[in-house]
Amino acid sequence: MLEISQLTKRYGQDDPVLTGLDLTVEGNSVVAIVGASGAGKSTMLRCINRLVEPTSGSIKLNGHELVGLKGAELRRARRRIGMVFQGFNLIDRLSVMENVLAGRLGYVSLFQAVTRRYPQADIERAFQLMERVDIAHYANKRADELSGGERQRVGVVRALMQEPEVLLADEPTASLDPRTSEQIMMLLQSLASELSLPVLINIHNVSQAKTYTERIVGLRHGKMIFDGRPADFTSDALDAIYGGIEAAQDEPPAPPAATRKHEAPHEPF
Amino acid sequence: MNRSDTPRTWRKPPFIANPLLRYGILAVTATYLVWAFATLPFNWQRIAEGLPRSARIFGGGFPPNFSRVDLLLTGFIESLQIAILATLLGVALSIPFAIMAARNIAPLPVYLLGRAVIIVSRSFHPVIVAILFVAAVGFGPLAGILTLTLYSIGFVGKLLAEEIEEIDWGQVEAIRAAGAGYLATLIYAVFPQILPRQVGLSMYQLDSNLRASAVVGIVGAGGIGSTLMNAFGRYDYDFAFAILLVIIAVILVSEGISGWVRKRLW
Repeated sequence: MLEISQLTKRYGQDDPVLTGLDLTVEGNSVVAIVGASGAGKSTMLRCINRLVEPTSGSIKLNGHELVGLKGAELRRARRRIGMVFQGFNLIDRLSVMENVLAGRLGYVSLFQAVTRRYPQADIERAFQLMERVDIAHYANKRADELSGGERQRVGVVRALMQEPEVLLADEPTASLDPRTSEQIMMLLQSLASELSLPVLINIHNVSQAKTYTERIVGLRHGKMIFDGRPADFTSDALDAIYGGIEAAQDEPPAPPAATRKHEAPHEPF
Repeated sequence: MNRSDTPRTWRKPPFIANPLLRYGILAVTATYLVWAFATLPFNWQRIAEGLPRSARIFGGGFPPNFSRVDLLLTGFIESLQIAILATLLGVALSIPFAIMAARNIAPLPVYLLGRAVIIVSRSFHPVIVAILFVAAVGFGPLAGILTLTLYSIGFVGKLLAEEIEEIDWGQVEAIRAAGAGYLATLIYAVFPQILPRQVGLSMYQLDSNLRASAVVGIVGAGGIGSTLMNAFGRYDYDFAFAILLVIIAVILVSEGISGWVRKRLW
């Protein structure tokens, strides 16, 4: 169970990106988080695994507080949180298998990581998961030789290698063509029930959100303004979240990539 | 609006918009050139006397004398050893300094230290460094190795640090998100991204060290440079010319090889 309460995040002295957000996700539910660019979807997911440092509030995963963890404790907490990225974020020059096994980096020793001598159980799990998503035959191919959909499946398997207790997906289908993105959504949906894993998906495609998830959360200006079943997600809700077409101007611009990128440097990884 | 009687023209806007500044800079440059040539002590008489002397040196150099092959060979092998050892040492040491000097992965105090090391090792030409090392550890190849190692750390370290600062941060985030520690993140997310550049730089540095090892030898840091200096000192211009020809040949060959390797790698 993931419990977010009173989560606030502001970058520098700017207006907060998230203000007092409360969200609880239980069991193996698949939750879609929708909202315009800059509404705080990405920031919220990144606060959970602390790629972004929350300004205040609390995030508990199965009872363990995540905010304020440091060093080894933070790394131990992170390995229980899988993440799938919009740009896949695979290590292009490494093989598919190495990318998949990288999901175990929170568990293995540095020597095992450097020499690629992963425990037998990890290798077995890697093959099983790769077979589940149909990429096992690519094990020794370089990650950048795969197509977009295949790469995202590697990304999903890497996250699942962590044996996560929650899976975060930050616009996992935004870089994919419509057909492939449906496949990835279907995959995330079925994996959630197979592994009884709660999944949070940031998504722009509202119709996919309605089809493949059982709960939709709408953010606007860092506040939750919709939380309900896809059936209740009416066009009024859509207008409230994205603003009417004429109101599109009032969205604050997304934080520039550069500031996000350099948010981290002070804390070493 | 009547277009037909005034044809519209276009000219490229001047690089410096302000005409006063534009012509001012030109005038200052011209004045400086005239002043510099007028005041520098060119002694035309001595230059005129020197011309026949240089003609004599060139004349004495032909035909180049390859009879002392063993001396030539010993010098070259030493230069090669200096260059290869210094490249290996320098490249290996440049990696930690490059990591220290990359703003995106090093904390500020470490970054400043890393940058300082790189700036210091880049601020002097190898010849000056070689003079210092010859004074410190004496004549011979050790001074050459130390000089070129420092030179390699500065050059490779700087370019590698810049490469690290431009890596795709998403890959780093993905590895961190899996719970990997600092070193595991370096090895998985950073090194694969800078590897081709690292290999290319090492090849280039070997090439460059080979060239520089001949130069630092002139101030006593061993290798073919020392042999060359001795030959000039003894007015063995024909032998000196033989050495110069071989240096050119070796540099050509090494440039060819390193270019070929780098092209294959990319």
